[in-house]
This record gives sequence, C-alpha cells and structure tokens, in this order.
Amino acid sequence: MAAIARAWSWFWLNPWVRTATRPPVTLSLAFLTLGGFVAGVLFWGGFNTVLEHTNTEAFCTSCHEMKTNVFEELKGTIHYANRSGVRATCPDCHVPHQWTDKIARKMQASKEVWGHLFGSIDTRDKFLDLRRHLAEHEWARMKANDSLECRNCHSAQSMDVSKQNPRAAAAHEKDLFTGQKTCIDCHKGIAHKLPNMQGVPGWQ
Amino acid sequence: MRRLLLSACAGATCLVAGALFAQEAPRLTGPEPFTKETPAPPMQRQVTDDVRRKRNYPDQPPLIPHAIEGYALDLNANKCLACHARKFTEQSQAPMISVTHYQDREGNTLGGVSPRRYSCLACHVPQTAAKPLVPNTFVDMDALVEREPRGR
Ligand code: HEC
Ligand code: HEC
Ligand code: HEC
Ligand code: HEC
Ligand code: HEC
Repeated sequence: MAAIARAWSWFWLNPWVRTATRPPVTLSLAFLTLGGFVAGVLFWGGFNTVLEHTNTEAFCTSCHEMKTNVFEELKGTIHYANRSGVRATCPDCHVPHQWTDKIARKMQASKEVWGHLFGSIDTRDKFLDLRRHLAEHEWARMKANDSLECRNCHSAQSMDVSKQNPRAAAAHEKDLFTGQKTCIDCHKGIAHKLPNMQGVPGWQ
Repeated sequence: MRRLLLSACAGATCLVAGALFAQEAPRLTGPEPFTKETPAPPMQRQVTDDVRRKRNYPDQPPLIPHAIEGYALDLNANKCLACHARKFTEQSQAPMISVTHYQDREGNTLGGVSPRRYSCLACHVPQTAAKPLVPNTFVDMDALVEREPRGR
C-alpha cells in the first residue's frame, strides 16, 4: 500500500508531469484549440498515409513470400494482362474498401507480418503446405461478404449476358442473378494456382 | 556401263522431281540454318463459340468448343471435371465424360476417372481458325459408305 502511494506521489511530483498538467498561462484558448485540431489532422493524415502505403501492390510484394509465390502466378492470368489493359492489384481483391472493414483486415494482417518474421511460409514447400488453409480463409471471407471485392469492379447489374458466351450466360442467369451463389463459389483459382481441391464443394 | 549411266539418269530425275515437289510444300522444319532465330508467328485465335463440332470418326476425341484459358489442370485441381464429371453435369449442363474415361486399359470400369484420362488436354484440344499448311485429303467414312449401293 505504501509503495503504491509512493509511486503515486512520485508520478504527480515529477516536473514533466506537473508542467503537462498545469493550466496554460501564456497560450490563448484559440491557439490550443486550433493547434489540437492541426495536430489531429496531421496524425490522422499520417496514419492514413501509412495505411495507404500498405495498400499498394508494391508493399504486398515487397516480402518474398508474396512475390515469389502468388505474384508470379498472378502474372499469367487475365487480371494481370488482358486486351483492355485494366488490371487488378492485390489490395483490389484482398482489402475491403470500407474503412472499418479495412482496419479489421489490417489487424488480421499483423498476424501475417508475424508469420513473415518467424518464417512460417518462407520456403515454397512451407507455402504449399499451408496453401489450402490460406485459400480457405479467403474463400470464407469472400463468401461472407458476397464477393464484395469482385463486385467493386464487376457489377452483376452491368453484366450483359447477351454479350457473354452461352456457358457463362446460362450459369449467371441460373445461379448468380437469382442470388443462389456468389462469384467465389464458381470462380475459385482465377488469380493464383489452386491448392489440393479434394473435398471442396464442386470439385473432385 | 550403259546400266550405270541409266541408273544415274534415273537417280538424277528422282532427285530433281523430289526437289520440285518439295518446293510446293511449305517448309515444316523451321529456318535455314536451323540455329537462326525468327520471330514467332502470331497466336491463332481459338474458336470458342460453344457449338459442338462433328467428329471425323466415332473414336475421335471431340474438339473443345469453349474457352479454357486459365483452367487449372494439375495434380491439385482439375477444372474440367468440375463440369464434365458425372456428378456435376446437372449443374453445368455439360456432356458427361463417356464411360471410356472410367475404364482402365483392360476395360474394367473403375469407380472414378481413370488415371490415364485425367489429363484431358492430352487428347482434347481447342480448334483455331488457322489455315492448314498442307491440303487435307481425309475422306469421311460415311462418304465412302454412301457410294456403296445399299441392299438391292
Ligand atoms: C480491379 C478490378 C477487378 C477486380 C477487383 C476483379 N476483377 Fe475480374 N476482371 C477485371 C478485368 C479488368 C478483367 C478483364 C476484362 C477483359 O479485358 O476482358 C476481368 C476478368 C474477369 C473474368 C473473365 C475471365 C475470362 O477468361 O474472360 C472473370 C471470370 C473474373 N474477372 C472474375 C473475378 C472474380 C471472381 C473476382 C473477385 C475475386 C474479380 N474478378 C475481381 C477486373 C477486376
Ligand atoms: C453459378 C456459377 C457462377 C457464378 C455464381 C458466377 N459465375 Fe461467372 N462464370 C461462370 C461460368 C460457368 C462461366 C463460363 C466459363 C468460364 O469462363 O470459366 C463464367 C464466366 C464469367 C466471366 C467471363 C464471361 C465471358 O463471356 O467470357 C466473367 C467476367 C464472370 N464469369 C464474372 C463473374 C462475377 C464477377 C461473378 C459474381 C458477381 C460471377 N461471375 C458469378 C459461372 C459463375
Ligand atoms: C482477381 C482477384 C485477385 C487478385 C488480383 C489477387 N488475388 Fe490473391 N486470392 C484471390 C482469391 C479468389 C484467393 C482464394 C484462393 C483461390 O481461389 O485461388 C486468393 C488467395 C490468396 C492467397 C492465399 C494462398 C492461395 O494461393 O490460395 C494469398 C497469399 C494471396 N491471394 C495473395 C495475393 C497477392 C500478394 C496478390 C498480388 C500480387 C494477390 N493475391 C492478387 C484473388 C486475388
Ligand atoms: C464451366 C463448365 C465447363 C468447364 C470448366 C469445362 N467444360 Fe467442356 N463443356 C462444357 C459445356 C457446357 C459443353 C457443351 C458445349 C458448350 O456449351 O460449349 C462442353 C463441351 C466440351 C467438349 C465437347 C464435347 C462434344 O461432345 O463435342 C469437350 C471435348 C470439352 N468440353 C472438354 C473440356 C475440357 C478438356 C475442359 C478442361 C480444360 C473443359 N471441357 C472444361 C462445360 C465446361
Ligand atoms: C486418352 C485420351 C483421352 C483423355 C485423356 C480424355 N479423353 Fe475425353 N474422349 C476421348 C475419346 C477418344 C472420346 C470419344 C470416344 C469416347 O467416348 O470414348 C472422348 C469423349 C469425350 C467427351 C464426349 C463424351 C460424349 O459422350 O459425348 C467428353 C465431354 C470428354 N471426352 C471430356 C473429357 C474430359 C473432361 C477429360 C479429362 C478429365 C477427358 N475427356 C480426357 C479421349 C480422351
């Protein structure tokens, strides 16, 4: 008890703390309010700038786990090279646009940084061993948000089935427009190689 | 001596004729000399209109009439089977792989797709609009049979 009391008074008697808690005598209220506002803007801006930086493909592929595995595979697909030259980057498919969802995904991603530091997928073999697990994560996430990331670019409303090939048109009319299924149910493995698909519904 | 001269003449004729005929056919062996690098010809467009093509004989592996770009076909995943396997044909409305795809080479019907039929693209290929390099003189079996009088 006495130790706590001592620590308490040491804290409050510390000159730095005393200065910080003393009411200002020379600064105007306007300065303090505006200054606080500007500092807040700077902090918020800085936070979001850092956040935006982590939201680029350059950042995603700056660690070799992503560069040598998934990025190399993406390069051969229609989302990297196609006739119109519009392409999808990693965050387009993997990071939600809504701010709260984005923060939630970023907090999850800190675990992935942990994995990087401790080398949980630092070789191709380790990556392949974990690939099914990682893929299932993404499938579940996209299933839960009704393939929101795909729909940010491909809108079902703007799909002209008469311009699609008959196979695509039939499938989309039967199951997509009626809400029975979502993009990721039918379009797995459009951006990367697939893990062992044994037991995944719709595959054998 | 005459015999020798005659055979030399015949040989020369053959060679000249061969060379003449060879000129008609396009070169199939690449540039001359073969170490020279030439630009690759443009890729031909695939025919992907979803119209099933006639087979030239009953045993022909049918041509693939649809796009297959980006389809997984390796040890981990077989995208073709996700539509053509028996249990998925109702959902996909694709023709089922025929029973020969479930048989091993002794003709025993197996429970699943036979390993020798797993790699679909070894036998089934998409068609392109490319012009044939040499004319094709294939005659359909039916055309031969039609020439035969049937009954009396
Ligand atoms: C950044 C925008 C963007 C995002 C996000 C996106 N796509 Fe695409 N997608 C494209 C573009 C661009 C094309 C190519 C269009 C073209 O040139 O034909 C394309 C093409 C496709 C094709 C056509 C393939 C073909 O062979 O014709 C499919 C299927 C597809 N996307 C599915 C998806 C799915 C599923 C998702 C979600 C996991 C997704 N896309 C996310 C932009 C995007
Ligand atoms: C019921 C299954 C199913 C669902 C759900 C589905 N698709 Fe498809 N989609 C197909 C099939 C089958 C094809 C044609 C074969 C192929 O390209 O693999 C196709 C083709 C496409 C194509 C290429 C069209 C063309 O004419 O080449 C695009 C783009 C596409 N899908 C995007 C999407 C997007 C985006 C979603 C979600 C909004 C979606 N699909 C949902 C089954 C589906
Ligand atoms: C067009 C959308 C799209 C783009 C672009 C994309 N991904 Fe993916 N990614 C997916 C989907 C869908 C999955 C789920 C597994 C599957 O279906 O292949 C996935 C899975 C993954 C996985 C889990 C392991 C695996 O292969 O299944 C990792 C890691 C990954 N992506 C990283 C990346 C990185 C890094 C980039 C950028 C270089 C990227 N992705 C670009 C759609 C995309
Ligand atoms: C999205 C479902 C789907 C996938 C995946 C698919 N097919 Fe098809 N396939 C069809 C449909 C539907 C037809 C009927 C014709 C059409 O609509 O194109 C067909 C027709 C065919 C035919 C012609 C059959 C005949 O009797 O003429 C062949 C051969 C074929 N597919 C082979 C393949 C191969 C090989 C693959 C994998 C590389 C594959 N298909 C992947 C749906 C699919
Ligand atoms: C060893 C060569 C070979 C391989 C490998 C092979 N096929 Fe076939 N396929 C054939 C032949 C030959 C026929 C036609 C005669 C028959 O039905 O056996 C055929 C017929 C078909 C048909 C038409 C069936 C019908 O009843 O109209 C489809 C569809 C088909 N194959 C799809 C596939 C798919 C999908 C795969 C991969 C899983 C595959 N094939 C692998 C040789 C092959």
